Amino acid sequence: MKALRDVFGDTLVALGWTNPNVLVLDADLANSTKADKFAIAYPDRFLQMGIAEQNFVGVAVGLASLGFVPWLSTFTVFFTHRAIDPIRMLVAQTRANVKIGAAYSGILTGLTGKTHQDVQDIAIMRAMPDMTVLAPADAIEGEAIIRWATDFQGPVYLRLARDASPNLFDESYSFVPGKTISLREGSDVLLISTGPQSLRCVKAAELLEADGISAGVLHLPSIKPINKEEVVSASEKAKLVITVEEHTIYGGLGGLVAEILSEASPRKVVRFGIDDRWGESAPNDYLLDLFQMSPPRLSERVKTLVR
Amino acid sequence: MSNNSDYKELEALARKGRWLAISTVAGSGAGHVGGPFSAMDLLVALYFRVMNIKPEDPGWEDRDRFILSKGHSSIGQYAVMALRGYLPIEELKTFDKGNSRLQGHPDVTKLPGIDTSTGSLGQGLSVGLGFALGARLRGKKFHTFVVLGDGELQEGMVWEALHIAPRYKLGNLTAILDWNGLQQFGWVLAVNEQHRGDRRDPWGGVDLRGIFEKLGWRCIEINGHDFSQVVPALQSVKASGESDQPTMIIAHTVKGKGVHFTEGKHEWHSKVATKDELRIIAKELGIEEAIA
Repeated sequence: MKALRDVFGDTLVALGWTNPNVLVLDADLANSTKADKFAIAYPDRFLQMGIAEQNFVGVAVGLASLGFVPWLSTFTVFFTHRAIDPIRMLVAQTRANVKIGAAYSGILTGLTGKTHQDVQDIAIMRAMPDMTVLAPADAIEGEAIIRWATDFQGPVYLRLARDASPNLFDESYSFVPGKTISLREGSDVLLISTGPQSLRCVKAAELLEADGISAGVLHLPSIKPINKEEVVSASEKAKLVITVEEHTIYGGLGGLVAEILSEASPRKVVRFGIDDRWGESAPNDYLLDLFQMSPPRLSERVKTLVR
Repeated sequence: MSNNSDYKELEALARKGRWLAISTVAGSGAGHVGGPFSAMDLLVALYFRVMNIKPEDPGWEDRDRFILSKGHSSIGQYAVMALRGYLPIEELKTFDKGNSRLQGHPDVTKLPGIDTSTGSLGQGLSVGLGFALGARLRGKKFHTFVVLGDGELQEGMVWEALHIAPRYKLGNLTAILDWNGLQQFGWVLAVNEQHRGDRRDPWGGVDLRGIFEKLGWRCIEINGHDFSQVVPALQSVKASGESDQPTMIIAHTVKGKGVHFTEGKHEWHSKVATKDELRIIAKELGIEEAIA
């Protein structure tokens, strides 16, 4: 069990050792995002770009054209809201080899409140042509995805939760873009999730089992690309499909699943997440209860639909 | 060849470039004139006398980099690139026509020789900063030139880059401000107010040079239409690529420069010339084949 921000810093340090082209650009949050680990290991390849997120996206595009692999690091919200125009025009439209390390994603952002909680990033980034959108659940998947993204040629948006969650995977894990991962089989309901919320879905499924409800969990670490057939075949095994995301229910994971199923296998899809509102400053447990995403609240909500 | 006859050659190229730009825009039925005309002499000097480039090998890794941050002036860049041999002059007719390498704004994925995409204003200097920083990290000697419009200086992202570049001591980065004093619509002049154009200069009365210098930029001020100032200034910054200061060349220009009725007129920001106007323009620019 290791916080994803520590995984981010540590994996980049490891990659920096074998790949001299890896650079890290920081917008003055390195000691929060843990990019500071890279700064200590390779001070010459750590580029402090100040509190200026639009500029650092452009700088990364210039560096990428010279064969560097620039990892950008700041909070999610500053990428997807403040710097979205250079991400659109300079990175995505040119298919620049720039890696966006979006820290503090979702609502669990360390008591920072709605100003720093990005509840729209999946919707924004998956609507972006030529962008790969990934959201790891745990430390093992996080490391695998950071390594994959560094080797991949093209823009990658990496959605990283701030805090630690217990490992879902073991060392045999390997990341395949687009591939979905069945964490649990179940026939009454299928919970589809992404990022660390997938683990909370597994725990909710265990609570549901005690109540005689068979719940499966499908984890989507790769929002884009996505293997549509796998989403369809998993959904067809359950009586009800529910998407669960630390994100608005508009246009994100729920939107993705609803789009796929409405075309390929029409059925009811219920979207759990944040319903057209902002978050607030509060401890993680409070927020997970508020938005009905903690395992107990989630299982209770599922029960009202299945019964 | 004396400097004077050399500058005469560049002036002739700039007249051709202006003609190719405005006639292409007329052929496509839409496009920009004022900005391409104000930047034309800067572009000709860069492509013909300053930049180390190989039109036959546009991706050459040691080439000097060029970014037209005011990407809506693309037709000016395409015209000069065509004159320099990057593309056939005939290809200019495809501008904006669909399935063309010549997009409304420069597209790095379409036309070899374009070093980055621009269009949404204010973003080019940041990419230039990346090129210059990358050159330093790679130990490469090429120079990076970025042409900025004075209108786009209103974009905050430019100031992010202006603040950061001196911190990395990038003597291999030169920004060129095409300060033509007009933007697309702008602010109307007050009664009896005098500015270069028919609208208020967005930075009139502002000591931009002082601001740039305080931020850490070395500044050179030139008349952006006088090759005897433009060429030496650009050559001097290339020669000082190893220095520890980025340079801002403040080029005082006239929007629509080159044709009497387009000069200083904001409505020529983007406008299609009529056939009658094209005849007058060709005559003023000395383009004989078009007059006949």
